[in-house]
Amino acid sequence: MSATTSTARPVSAARRTGPAAWLQAAPLGLVFLLFFIVPLVLILAVSFWDASEYELIPAFTPKNYIAIFDGCSNASDLCVTLKTYYSTLKFCFLAWIFTLVIGFTVAYFLAFHVKTVGMQTVLFLLCTIPFWTSNVIRMISWVPLLGRNGLINDMLIGLRLVSQPQEWLLFSSFSVVLAFVHLFTIFMIVPIFNSMMRIDRALLEAALDAGATPWQTLWNVIVPLSRTGIIIGSIFVITIVMGDFVTIGVMGGQQIASVGKIIQVQTSYLQFPLAAANAVILLAVVLMIIWALTRMVDIRKEL
Amino acid sequence: MHENRSFGFYALAAFFGLFLLFLYGPTITIFVLSFQGPEGGLTFPMRGTSLHWFHKLMEGIGVVDIGSAFVRSLKLGLVVTSLTVALSVSASLAFRKALRGGNVLFYIVVASLIMPSIIVSLGVGLSFRLLDTALKALFVWAGWDGMTDSFTTTMGLYTSALGAQLTWTLPFGLLVMFAVFNRFNSAYEEAALDLGATPWQSFRHVVLPLIAPSVVGVGMFGFTLSWDEIARSSQAIGDLNTLPLELQGLTTTVTTPVIYALGTLTTVISFIVVGITIGVMALSRRRARGKSSRQ
Repeated sequence: MSATTSTARPVSAARRTGPAAWLQAAPLGLVFLLFFIVPLVLILAVSFWDASEYELIPAFTPKNYIAIFDGCSNASDLCVTLKTYYSTLKFCFLAWIFTLVIGFTVAYFLAFHVKTVGMQTVLFLLCTIPFWTSNVIRMISWVPLLGRNGLINDMLIGLRLVSQPQEWLLFSSFSVVLAFVHLFTIFMIVPIFNSMMRIDRALLEAALDAGATPWQTLWNVIVPLSRTGIIIGSIFVITIVMGDFVTIGVMGGQQIASVGKIIQVQTSYLQFPLAAANAVILLAVVLMIIWALTRMVDIRKEL
Repeated sequence: MHENRSFGFYALAAFFGLFLLFLYGPTITIFVLSFQGPEGGLTFPMRGTSLHWFHKLMEGIGVVDIGSAFVRSLKLGLVVTSLTVALSVSASLAFRKALRGGNVLFYIVVASLIMPSIIVSLGVGLSFRLLDTALKALFVWAGWDGMTDSFTTTMGLYTSALGAQLTWTLPFGLLVMFAVFNRFNSAYEEAALDLGATPWQSFRHVVLPLIAPSVVGVGMFGFTLSWDEIARSSQAIGDLNTLPLELQGLTTTVTTPVIYALGTLTTVISFIVVGITIGVMALSRRRARGKSSRQ
C-alpha cells in the first residue's frame, strides 16, 4: 500500500483516510438541495399553477405564460415583455463590452507589465477590495458626483461646456451602465488575470523572435490563451446583469424596467405563478446565452 | 523595442491609475461628505465638519431602527461565516477523495454561483410560503388549535434568509478551497499518516495549519458577502430586514447625508474584516516562510 501511495497522485494521502467522502460533502449538498434545487423545481411547478387573490391553486395551466406573451405576436408594436427583454439585453451588452475591455486591459497590465510578484499582489488586492464592500453604498456614492448639483455638473458649468445642469447623468440609463461597470469589472479582471498568469512567457518571447509586433502578440497569442478567463468573466457579468434589479432600481431611480425588476415586483405583490413563469423564461434566456458563450470550458481546470 | 515597451507601460499604468480612481473616488467622496456639518446637503460644498449625521444615524432614520438592523446583520453574518467555512472545508476534503456524484455536485455549486439572484430569491421565498401553507393545513387536519392560532410563518432570518445567502457564499468558499487543494502538497500529510497519525490528527495538526490562511480567506468571503447581500435575501427575508436591505429602501426616501454616514459605517466594517484577513494571511505566510528557511 505505502509503496503505491508514494508514487501515486498527490490526492492519495487524503484518499486513504478519514470519514466517508459523501459524509463530508453531505452538509453542503443538503444546503444546495434545500435552498437551490427544491426552489428551482418549485418555481417550474408553480409557473403552471393558478392563483386567486389569497392563495396558490395547484393546477396545470399555461395561462401565466400566455399572459406574459400577451400581444407579442404584433410585430409593429413590441409588447411589454419583449420591450423589457430588449432593454435588459441592451444593458447586458453595454455592461459586457465595457467590463470586458476595461477588465482585460487592467488584467493585461497586472499580468505582463508589473514585474514583481509583491507589487502584483498589492495592485490586484487594490482592485478586489471594493468587491467586499456594499454595492448599494458604491451606487449611491455616485450621487454627489453625478447629481444636479454634483461635481461633474459643477465642472461642466464651470468650464462653460453646458449652460445648465445635465439631468441625464443620474437616475438614467447612463448611470445604470456606469454602475454596472463600476461594480462588476472585477468579475472580468479576476478570471482573465488568472488565465494570463498561466500563459508560458516563453511563448511571448517566441512570438517576438518570430517577428510579431506587440499588437500581433497581443491579438494572436495573449487573447486566444486568455479565452477561458474571458468566457468565465463574461458569464459572470451577463448572468448578473440579466437578473439585476437592485442596480437598475437604485441607479435608475426606480424608473427603468428590467426583467429582474418585473419578477421582484410580482413577487412583492405575491403573484407567484406569474413571477415563476417570468423566472423560468429568464432562466431559459440566460442558459441560451451561456450555452452560446461556451462549448464546455472545464472550470475545474482553471482553479 | 525597449522604448516601445516602456511607452506601452506608461500608457497602461495611467489607465490602471484612472481605473483605481474610478473604483475608489466615489466612495471617498461619500466618506468625506458623511462628515458634513448639520447644514450640509448631499453634495459639495462641505458646510463645516461634524459627527452630526452619525449621531442622527444612531437615533434611527424615520421608522427604521438602524441599531437593531445592524445587530441582526452582524449576527446573521457570523452564522453565515461559520457555516460557509465549515461546509466548504469539509466538502473540499470530500472532493479530494473518490466522491461519487462529485461532478454533479460541483456543477450545481457553479450553477448556484451564476444563477440570477432574483430567481434563487423567488424560489426560496416561494418554497417557504408553500411550506407555511402545508404546515397550516397539517395543524388544522391534526386538530392542533393552539398551533393553528399561533403559527405565522417559517420564513425568517435564520431559516430562509440564511439558506438564500448560503447559496451565494458557499460557491465562493468551495471554489477557494478547490484552488487551495489544487496546489496542495500532500507530502506532509503522507508523512504524518506514515508515522501513525490518525486521519483526524493529520487533518488537525498538519493539513489545517497549512490551509489556515485560506480558511481565513473563506471566512472573509462568507462575512463580507453576507454583510452586503441584498438580491438573494430580498424575497426570502420575512419580517425583519437586514442592514443592506434597509439601506436599499432608504436610497429612495432619504435626502440627507445620514445615508452617507450609514455608508461610511458599513464600509468601515467591511474594511476592518478585509484588513484583518489580509493581515492574518500575510502574517501566517511570513511565519511559514520563516520556518521553511530555517530548515
